[in-house]
Amino acid sequence: MSKQITTLQAINEALHHAMAADPTVLLFGEDVADPEEGGVNGASKGLSTKFGDLRVRSTPISEQAIIGAAIGASMAGMRPIAEIMLMNFMTVAMDMITNHAAKLRFMSGGQTAVPLTIRCTTGAGFGTAGQHADYLEAWFAHTAGLKVVTGSTPAEVSGLLNACIFDDDPCIFIENLPAYWQKGEAPADPGARIPLGKARIARAGSDVTVITYGPQVAVAQAAAEAMAADGVDVQVIDLRTIVPWDRDTVLEAVAKTNRAVVTHEAVKAFGVGAEIASVIHEELFGQLKAAVQRVGAPSCAVPYSNVLEKAFMPDAEKVMAAIRKTLN
Amino acid sequence: MTVSTHPQPDSAVLVDMYRKMSLIKQNDEHARKLIMSGRLPMIYYSPRGQEVIPSAVSVNLNRDDYICTIYRGTHDMLAKGVPLDALWAELAGRATGTCKGKGGPMHITHPESGCMITTGIVGSSMPIANGLALASQVKGDGKVTVAYFGDAASNIGAFHESLNMASVWQLPVVFVCQNNRFGEHTRFEKATAVERVADRAASYSMPGIHVDGNDPLAMHAAAKEAIDRARNGGGPTLIEAMTFRFHGHVFGDADGYMDKTEKEAAMAADPVPRYRQWLATEGHAGEDELAAIDSGHEAAIKAAVDRALAAPWPEPSELYKDVFIHDLDAV
Repeated sequence: MSKQITTLQAINEALHHAMAADPTVLLFGEDVADPEEGGVNGASKGLSTKFGDLRVRSTPISEQAIIGAAIGASMAGMRPIAEIMLMNFMTVAMDMITNHAAKLRFMSGGQTAVPLTIRCTTGAGFGTAGQHADYLEAWFAHTAGLKVVTGSTPAEVSGLLNACIFDDDPCIFIENLPAYWQKGEAPADPGARIPLGKARIARAGSDVTVITYGPQVAVAQAAAEAMAADGVDVQVIDLRTIVPWDRDTVLEAVAKTNRAVVTHEAVKAFGVGAEIASVIHEELFGQLKAAVQRVGAPSCAVPYSNVLEKAFMPDAEKVMAAIRKTLN
Repeated sequence: MTVSTHPQPDSAVLVDMYRKMSLIKQNDEHARKLIMSGRLPMIYYSPRGQEVIPSAVSVNLNRDDYICTIYRGTHDMLAKGVPLDALWAELAGRATGTCKGKGGPMHITHPESGCMITTGIVGSSMPIANGLALASQVKGDGKVTVAYFGDAASNIGAFHESLNMASVWQLPVVFVCQNNRFGEHTRFEKATAVERVADRAASYSMPGIHVDGNDPLAMHAAAKEAIDRARNGGGPTLIEAMTFRFHGHVFGDADGYMDKTEKEAAMAADPVPRYRQWLATEGHAGEDELAAIDSGHEAAIKAAVDRALAAPWPEPSELYKDVFIHDLDAV
């Protein structure tokens, strides 16, 4: 059996590899340097010691200034990684992200590219409630110019993070907080890059295609295993890149199964699932055997109470219910 | 003559400052005329009255130093050396513009002359300037970055975050606040809790300089001090340069919120002709030389405008360039 590592270890090794490979890679964010324990979760442990205080900096709690500094540095030839501790904290830097990082390459006629990566973590499950656990990927997906990426296993997270760091567009890299301490196979090469915009078939299947990303890949796989007992063969696609999403792989798959479900942890209404379902309907309307089903959280804030939080999150039961709807 | 008695740079620098001021003034006159005549309809934030500030700053900068400016920024761009042809083509929305017609008057970018961004968002030049300065600090390339912004931007969170970060990291950056006494239509005093923006520097342990931004020698001395400090590793400075905008917030607004007498007094004290006269009186330049500067600009601006208005429009396919595009969009 190959080596097992946690998602946090995978991130840490990928960051080490990227900073060693390219002296223009910088890292800054709240608490990321070693005197501050290499990040609140330790994702950047060892980096400031190894690469120095010029390249790895703990910042003030100033998200606009953090993203602004990353934008400016990227315009001057650097490849900054800005860590925003939690996805919800990106809301206080939205001007820098949506008006500037996303648009400057286009607005300057291609003169100033912004090759920065914004790492953030989020996700319900730890009782952090409504301001620390949101999945806001749809906001960023709706802003032209940003790439939005998330991995589902330690090796996937490593390969996708590397791809973002060395991509010439601004990337929002979303990490799942509960997954930080989950183990999986280590990547064969901590410097390997998984091409952005290419989905992976996480589970083969011929009856229904479930399209998802991030922590919901495991949920969909669990649903698929449970459905197998009923004789339903469920295919699971891990998008990896939410923007640009791999339309070809998804449409090719659904063209075979003729049934599709999209699931994500984010609120269902106006979510990424709506865009994907809509494109499937536009392209494959005549051959679908059922309307595409969407699974997501209800339109409320992430709740605190364990009971409410559990009810809020899309789980295998909800995904199975959606799959069954496509079979009726 | 009200020009102060600050240490004087040599005549060549003094005349170079005038060269920039004259260019900005005449360029602005052309822009307003073109809008009024209907030849070039555009949204335009006139910098007329604020010519001295970037002229005095820019004679202390190298071509590869960086500036970040804002929507009222053609004076900052021209002073830094953004070429007239590319500027006017962008104002006219043409394919030959600095940004291929995709940015427009509020978003001129021209890295070749060090103009790295023009933002349309109040307060957003400063966080990005920090990043350029940070890159210089990491690379050790000796460059200085100047962030221009208005008095109202000093009430935005980004100002405070940026000054704090620049001071903590001792970045080679100069924050130049052009205090033209109004934030959009609201008077400075009504919206700002301090008498002087420069006083805010104390909160961030950096030098704050309050200067008459319409006095070329005083402005030159302030800029030189701050830029030298940044270049020599001494960290950031906040300069508050007092000035007055002659043509309201957006060109064409009715100025109903302005005190007529105050505006007339400011326009009567127009810093550009005043400085021109001082140069001649003090013998730094002869009338012939100054007249040649003025007429040279006039001809160059006219030619640039004509070329811009005759230049090709961008192709609609530009919508799909300089940005990655979803397959489904690429029609």
